[in-house]
Order: sequence, then structure tokens, then C-alpha cells
Amino acid sequence: MRYVDEYRDAELGRALAAEILSTVEPGRHYKVMEVCGGHTHTIYKYGVDDLLPESVELVHGPGCPVCVIPMGRVDDAIAVAMQDGVIFTCFGDMMRVPGGEGTLLDAKASGADIRMVYSPLDALRIARENPEREVVFFAVGFETTAPSTALTLMRAKAEGMENFTVFCNHVTIVPPLKALLESPDLRLDGFVGPGHVATVVGARPFEFIPSQYGRPIVVSGFEPLDVLQGVHMILRQLAEGRCEVENQYKRVVPYDGNPQALRVLEEVFTLRPHFEWRGLGFIAHSGLALSEAYADFDTEVRFDVPGVRVADPKACQCGEVLKGVIKPWECKVFGTACTPERPIGTCMVSSEGACAAYYNFGRFAREKVAVS
Amino acid sequence: MSGDLATREQHALELIESVRAKPPRFRESQITMAHGAGGKASATLIEGLFVPAFGSVSLNQLGDAGTVTIDGLGLALTTDSFVVKPIRFPGGSIGELAVNGTVNDLAVSGARPVALTLALVLEEGLPADDLRAEVEAIARAAEAAGVEVVAGDTKVVERGHADAMYVCTTGIGVLDPRATLSTRSLRPGDKILVSGPIGEHGTAVMLARGEFELEAPVESDTRSLWPAVDALLDAAGPSLRCMRDATRGGVASALNELARASGVAMLVREAAVPVPPSVAGACEILGIDPMYVANEGKLVAFVAPEAADEAVAALRSVEGGEEAVEIGEVRAEPPGMVLVETAFGGRRVMDLLVGDPLPRIC
Repeated sequence: MRYVDEYRDAELGRALAAEILSTVEPGRHYKVMEVCGGHTHTIYKYGVDDLLPESVELVHGPGCPVCVIPMGRVDDAIAVAMQDGVIFTCFGDMMRVPGGEGTLLDAKASGADIRMVYSPLDALRIARENPEREVVFFAVGFETTAPSTALTLMRAKAEGMENFTVFCNHVTIVPPLKALLESPDLRLDGFVGPGHVATVVGARPFEFIPSQYGRPIVVSGFEPLDVLQGVHMILRQLAEGRCEVENQYKRVVPYDGNPQALRVLEEVFTLRPHFEWRGLGFIAHSGLALSEAYADFDTEVRFDVPGVRVADPKACQCGEVLKGVIKPWECKVFGTACTPERPIGTCMVSSEGACAAYYNFGRFAREKVAVS
Repeated sequence: MSGDLATREQHALELIESVRAKPPRFRESQITMAHGAGGKASATLIEGLFVPAFGSVSLNQLGDAGTVTIDGLGLALTTDSFVVKPIRFPGGSIGELAVNGTVNDLAVSGARPVALTLALVLEEGLPADDLRAEVEAIARAAEAAGVEVVAGDTKVVERGHADAMYVCTTGIGVLDPRATLSTRSLRPGDKILVSGPIGEHGTAVMLARGEFELEAPVESDTRSLWPAVDALLDAAGPSLRCMRDATRGGVASALNELARASGVAMLVREAAVPVPPSVAGACEILGIDPMYVANEGKLVAFVAPEAADEAVAALRSVEGGEEAVEIGEVRAEPPGMVLVETAFGGRRVMDLLVGDPLPRIC
């Protein structure tokens, strides 16, 4: 496959791995956080870890859009989906996220009309085809997916749609990163920066990481070679005593982002004063709501949304996993009470969740395989 | 990672491995689409509800067909229902699929397909021409596969209570004396073969639904696998350990089921798995691994190492098997697990999926 295989070339991977090995300082342990769930997925899917020296530890970050949704928002979603006449649309991963009262998949089996879509535009099409029904789109994601929701809303407005609303759960990446960097229990040497978010916001918003917190960040792509190169660039900064924002993903990410997408976000969304994150609690100015001009398309305005707040289950340590404080397997319920079949925490649901990636793709018995 | 951490991780992993190895339990309060998807949720139904309830020796084997012996004659028996949506897709239709799917369950169980029965559930309002076309497709596929349709049944339900038409079949075949197959016979060192490129059927049906605004020249691979099995049995005979029809859940699910049944591990070399470029492209865009996408004319075969080359040659001699290839081997450790050596050079687990992103594919 052109434009894909080039970034998955095993020989180039081995060459990069050798360069990484020659860059690390003997005896030093490096902790590098990959911010995005997409990175986590790539690392496990391709076994990128296997190509890194043991002294380079990858820590999984908070950038998985499904993982950060608190249970209360899922219960709110189910409450809307169960209302008469509603067609509730969402991405596939969201269907299996447990709220306090089951999942959307359970609600579907109980009779709610819940449909999986691949794009908010699909939800809009369903609204067009079902003028007598109320169609709700469960919007989740960082700045990566927010523009597509925004464009869909602009189209809905232009068409004068009256039966389409968005249950907005979009979030922004900088506030949780700040919260993370303020957290005393975490020692990181650098960040593999969120490539997809940066296609929209650019690399500039991450300058605070080197300037205020003294950590290098390399905005990186999502193919295995991208991630390896991102790690290499971080290690090189450390070796050379540099500390800056670098852009590994230049083929897609302009340093100042995508001005058109940013304009669209500006028009359609407004920052919430605070938003709850799974396991991380409330973070100020971290969530997006629909702006005044789009209030007619806001599910939270049109419907009676209960606004449930549900405390995370006691045993669940998603917060610590999202912050990179513990590894997925260090969680008390990982792989025993909490599995992809019966997840307790969000990190075990999405394919981008650190726990699901670890469980499904595993570091299982690598040593055992090597000796067999 | 410090030594202590590594030990603790190993301990955590062993704990999980033991949880994974336990027979799945059916604990849900209601049926969801995941129960029909051929992944972990399906396994909870089969191994947690059906098998314990019926408890027959043959069912316990969890093969693609059951076996019965009548007056010394070994027979294979299978039953299947087809609910694919849409009923027609590039490369095939529900009728053709029903015949081939049934015949293939018999074939991979080492039985020459002989006859099948056919029950149709029709939705009120189904155009007669659609039904006629499917009946003709069934007749053609049955003739091609060398089986007779010997009994049938028809039910009609109110509009909205079925989706166009469902087809239910039962197939019977005669166990071939050359076959000594068992889902529990895999041994470390055995080679894993696939009979051709994977992922075509699932991708073709998915694209035919038109939900993704995606087009690709992919056709269903639906065909009878008996000629391939016949050739394999000739070439490998007793060295042929087991076969699986890699339908719903794809090659990955077939491998996982057998790794569990035989208590062995498997190592698959990703780079060796044949995936047509159009399938790879569609799956890449949709974020689906082709290893989990349904096939309707591809088998996975496990062969003793010394017979592997001849087995591949035999598969390649059959129409539709030209691209048959060895994709990996059976290992001892860790039992019940399928591992992949990625094309990039890393290693990971290839587990059963919980559900299926593509329901009603067959």
C-alpha cells in the first residue's frame, strides 16, 4: 500500500533502533510519554517497544478520546438515547463504555435506536432521511475530531435542519497536559506529541512544555517509524542538552496548525468553564460546548439531560493509568475483574486505551517465546 | 525497567493468562449483537451455555461440523443460518453463500458433502424476482459443490419482522477415510497454512452496504472448499491435523479457537499472510485488521512439518488456491495464545475480538 508501507518498513525500523541504542546514555533510564491513544495503539500493534532498548520506557498518556469520558456522561447519553423518537448515533468504541447503568450497547438491546456511525456527517444524513425523528450525535474527541463535528453543525445550520443535535463531549489537549506536568508523582523525560491534534492546532501550543516545564516534545505521526523517530528525536535532544518543540510529522503538521479548522472551531464551539475527565476530575477550560450561535443544535439545550455525576468505581485506576503513574498491568483489577469483555474502566474499552492495547496486543510472555 | 518491576509484571501477566484460560461464562442479562459476532461474546454463549446444556462428545470438540456413526458409517452433520445484509453483494448472494457455507463446514471436518436441507424465512413483500434469483443461485451452487437439496421448509413473517430473507441449512456428508482430524491434535512444530488471500468476503459485503462511501474492487470469495480439502487429504493424509473454515471472525478467530482447543500457542508471521491490496486499503481506512474479516472460501489448515510443502502444493493445484501459503507455526508456549510477528519486526498477541465491528456478514 503506497504512502503507508513506507512508514512500516522493518529494515528502516532496525536502522533507527540501532541509532536509538547509540544515543542513550549507559546507565540512564528514560521515561517518555506518548500523549495520544493513537500512538499507544501503534506501539502495541506493531510491537514498537521490541525495538527500543530496555532503558527507554514508554509511558502512556491521556490522549484517548474514549478513555477520558466520565461515567456520568455515558449515563446522560443513555438517558437521551432512551427517549421516544430519538435516533442516537455514536462511534463504535463509545457503545461499549460502561456508565453507572450499563452501556449504550445494553441500551440498544433494550430497545433504544442506537446506530454506529463513522462520521458526524453520517449522523446528519440519518437526520435528513428521518425528518420525523430526533437524531443525536454523541461527539467525542480532541481537536482532531472537533472540526468535523463543527463542519457538520455548520452544514446542518445552513440546511435549516430541525431534528439534529450534538451531545458535545469534545475536549482540548493542553489543559490535561498541564495538569499532568503539575502532578508531583510523575517524572518524565520527554513527550511524543499528539500528531493528529497538531494537524489542527499546530506545534506552537506545546511550546510551554519546554519553556515552562523543561521537557522536550516531538510532535509525531502514527506509523511505527514515526513513533520510533519521535523517540529518537527526544533522546537526541536530551543527549545534546537541547529542550524544544520539534516536529517529526512535518508531512502533515504545519507549525501553526490549520487556520481554517481553527476558525471553524472558533465559530461553533466555546470553552466550558470546566469539564470532568475520567479519573482526572474536573479540569478548567478543558471541554468544548456549542457556542451561542449553535444553541439550537445542542442536545443539552434541547433535551432534558440529567447531568449525572457518577464516581469512578473504587477499584478502577484509570486515572493513574491516564496520567502514566502506573502501567496498565499494575492496576488492581487489570485483566481479572476488568477485561475487554467486561470492562470496568474506559481504558479497557477503546482500541486506543492503554489497558485494552496492553491486554489485546500484550507484552505477553515475550521472553518465553524467545526461548521456546 | 528494574528487575523487581519485571517480576511483578510477569506475575500480573501470569494471573491474567490464568483468567484467560478459564472457560468463558455466560453472565449477560440480555443478548447483544456481540453474541453473534464470532468473538469472545459468542464463545461465552457456546462454551458457557450451549455445550454444557447438550454435553455431547461431538459438540465438545467445537468443530465446524459434528459427527455421528450409523452402522459403522461415519457422517458429518452441520447446520447454519444466513442473515447477510444486503442479500446480494459483489461476488455472490445469500443463496450461494448458504450452500457454500454449509458445504465448507462439512469439508473442513474431513467429510465429502452429500446433501443439504433448506429452510427459508421470508419477509412479507419480498419481490418474487429476488426469491427466484436466490433459488437459482442455490441450485447452481449446489450443483457446483456436488450436493443435492433434499428437503426444505418455508415460513413467511410480517413485513419488518425479518430483513428480506434468511436462509437456514443443514448439511450432511460422509467422513473421508483419509481424514484423521481433531481440533485437539495440534502439536508444536505443525505448520499453519491458508488457502489464499484473506478478507475478501467481509470487505465486499461491508462495502456493498454503502454505509462508508468507500469503493474498492473487492468480490466475495464464496466457493466450495471440498476440492481443496480433497487435494489436501490426498497430499498430506494423516499429517493433516485439522482444518477450519475461516468465516466470521476471520483467520484470527479460527486460530484462537484451535490454540485453545489444543492447548498450544501459535506464531503467525504477518508479512506472510496474503491480503489483497484493495482489502488492505479498505481495512486500513476503517481501522479493521484483515485477520478478523470474514472469508467464505478460505480454509486454515494445520499440517505436520514434513508434509507442509506438499500440502501447500496441493492447495495451489486447486482453483482458488493458487495463492495458498504457509503463514506460521504451532508452538508450545504460552498455551492457548496466538502471537504475531509483525511485519515491522515486533511481537504481539492476536486475541479473539470481543465483538465484531461488522455484524451480519453471513
